[in-house]
Amino acid sequence: MPVLAVKDLKMYYRTKRGYVHAVDGISFDVDQGESLGIVGESGCGKTSISMTILRLLPENAEFRGGQVFFYDSKDPADLVTLSETAMQRYRWKGISMVFQSAMNSLNPVYRVGDQIVEAINRHYPEITNSDARRKVEELFDLVGLDTKRINQYPHQYSGGMKQRAVIAMALACDPKLIIADEPTTALDVIVQDKILREVKRIQSKLNMSMIYISHDVAVIAEVSDRIAVMYAGRFVELADSATVFKRPMHPYTNALMRAFPSIIGEKKRLFTIPGEPPDLLNPPRGCRFAPRCPFAGNFCRQNDPSYEEVEDGHFLACFHPVTRNAYVQEIAGDEK
Amino acid sequence: MKNDFLISVRNLKKYFDAESRLFRRTELFVHAVDGVSFDIEEGSSLGLVGESGCGKTTTGRIIVKLEKPTAGKIFLKRENVTDIDRAKQFAYHKKVQMIFQDPYEALNPRMTIFDIVAEPLNIHGIGDREDREERVAKTLHEVGMSPAEAFLFRYPHELSGGQRQRVAIARALILDPIFVVADEPTSMLDVSVRTGVMELMMELQRSYKMSYLYITHDLAVARYMCDRIAVMYLGKIVEVGDTEEVLANALHPYTQALLSAVAVPDPEVKRAEPRIKGGIGRPVNPPPECRFLQRCPKAVDYCKKNPHPPLVEMSTGHVVACYVTVEKK
Repeated sequence: MPVLAVKDLKMYYRTKRGYVHAVDGISFDVDQGESLGIVGESGCGKTSISMTILRLLPENAEFRGGQVFFYDSKDPADLVTLSETAMQRYRWKGISMVFQSAMNSLNPVYRVGDQIVEAINRHYPEITNSDARRKVEELFDLVGLDTKRINQYPHQYSGGMKQRAVIAMALACDPKLIIADEPTTALDVIVQDKILREVKRIQSKLNMSMIYISHDVAVIAEVSDRIAVMYAGRFVELADSATVFKRPMHPYTNALMRAFPSIIGEKKRLFTIPGEPPDLLNPPRGCRFAPRCPFAGNFCRQNDPSYEEVEDGHFLACFHPVTRNAYVQEIAGDEK
Repeated sequence: MKNDFLISVRNLKKYFDAESRLFRRTELFVHAVDGVSFDIEEGSSLGLVGESGCGKTTTGRIIVKLEKPTAGKIFLKRENVTDIDRAKQFAYHKKVQMIFQDPYEALNPRMTIFDIVAEPLNIHGIGDREDREERVAKTLHEVGMSPAEAFLFRYPHELSGGQRQRVAIARALILDPIFVVADEPTSMLDVSVRTGVMELMMELQRSYKMSYLYITHDLAVARYMCDRIAVMYLGKIVEVGDTEEVLANALHPYTQALLSAVAVPDPEVKRAEPRIKGGIGRPVNPPPECRFLQRCPKAVDYCKKNPHPPLVEMSTGHVVACYVTVEKK
């Protein structure tokens, strides 16, 4: 059962120098209770996807098409067609979000508890204040915050505590789906580990769906059931986590997974990808990874690969997928 | 084969005022660096790892003399360089350089790449215009910015993050330093660009026989960049050893917790939960006992009654500051 189905989503930013093709034909769905990881480098458009889904776009963003079906109790609603008032009912209650900079998501002049009560009141006017307070206490317990801190201000919280408070707020209206955009990037490893464990526990307890967005391949590996790899405004590959890590087919996925250092296992040589990600003002013709791809030929530079299901549940956009054969050769090459 | 020590620091301390009050003596101090000692051999690299606020950056800044230590000594090739006069400091900076974390802030936006990279030559009055141009072009080429002519007269905003960091590296290297403090030089870079910069730094180290103090919070990066690792916690070094030895056989409970908290880029690996209590504090007038006491899963009575443990060598080159660990041996 999907909770969200995104179809051919497109959103460009208007700038003085032209259009930035930030989200350029993205399709995916998220099942009930599942977590989907979206991994990509800075500027590839991964944050823009969530902003487009929630329709929290800045002035210069232009929606260029696509559909976002959200499966509520009844028929799915296409979020892109809703009026702003109707859309508001879906934010927080249907889909909520944990933003990249938790530090800035809290209002410094209000007590943390009051901010969460406000969110609850907004969406459930029928809930009394004292019930909302009780709910906040439950939420604090759930995310591992001391309930004594409900009446404190954000500056009295450490970075990790603020992140927990923001997660509590995201959970306040019992959403079916949470989008977490770099939820632990600013945190130290021990705090990051604690929070990710906490979120996973809550997720399975409430059977919630999650979309994790991060540049951190290791974090995505640990939290996701399925992983989408994004490059220059598009998904290049999507499959279950094991497949993405163990036998990726897209040359970019392959390079990205092998460019990431690990502290366990034997020390392997790290992959280097030549060049830099393209400018999305003028994305290259044909496959966007072609200029950096070791397998690309002329055909790749002229034609756009379509994003297709190549095996059950494995989506790919590439003319020259990395085959098993290539892995064998490469391993043999390493050993020489 | 034992090389000579290039840089040694002994009992380095840096206290910052934790409060600022007019007309009253400060009584509260943040013990940012509190008795740090280590040696770095010629041509090798030491990784200083720890969480934010542990004092690793301050330690690096003291060594390049951006910060005056409250106490302690720095030796460069056995010469005490802690309190040297201006002329000697000038010469010191020719040999000791720093690369900063944020390539977006480390470069003056109003200067061209040529001016940025040539500035150290200007300051030290090395060569004439022609020599300088040649040296800048050569250095840019070495850091992978070729053809150099294409970059010389551009401004930092025209470059990507990875290119900027390469320019910052070129600036640090143009005086042929023998020692470089690198403060998280790759943490702001994207994965696909990061490996390139890491490899560049290793290559330059080999060809120039430089030593690095590599400051990072990322143990996985330290594994690739450093021969040895020193783990820091609230101003103290708690463990030092060869990189692979520390990763495979961590002795200090803090190092163990830190290692088990690092996310692993392999969905099939299930990590055990790190054993550590509470959160990191701020070392404001810290009590004399072990800094890690409050969070330690292994602490015993003895730890509560004695001062912060000294570093003890457990096997060749592997030292740890922990009563419980040392006792077990």
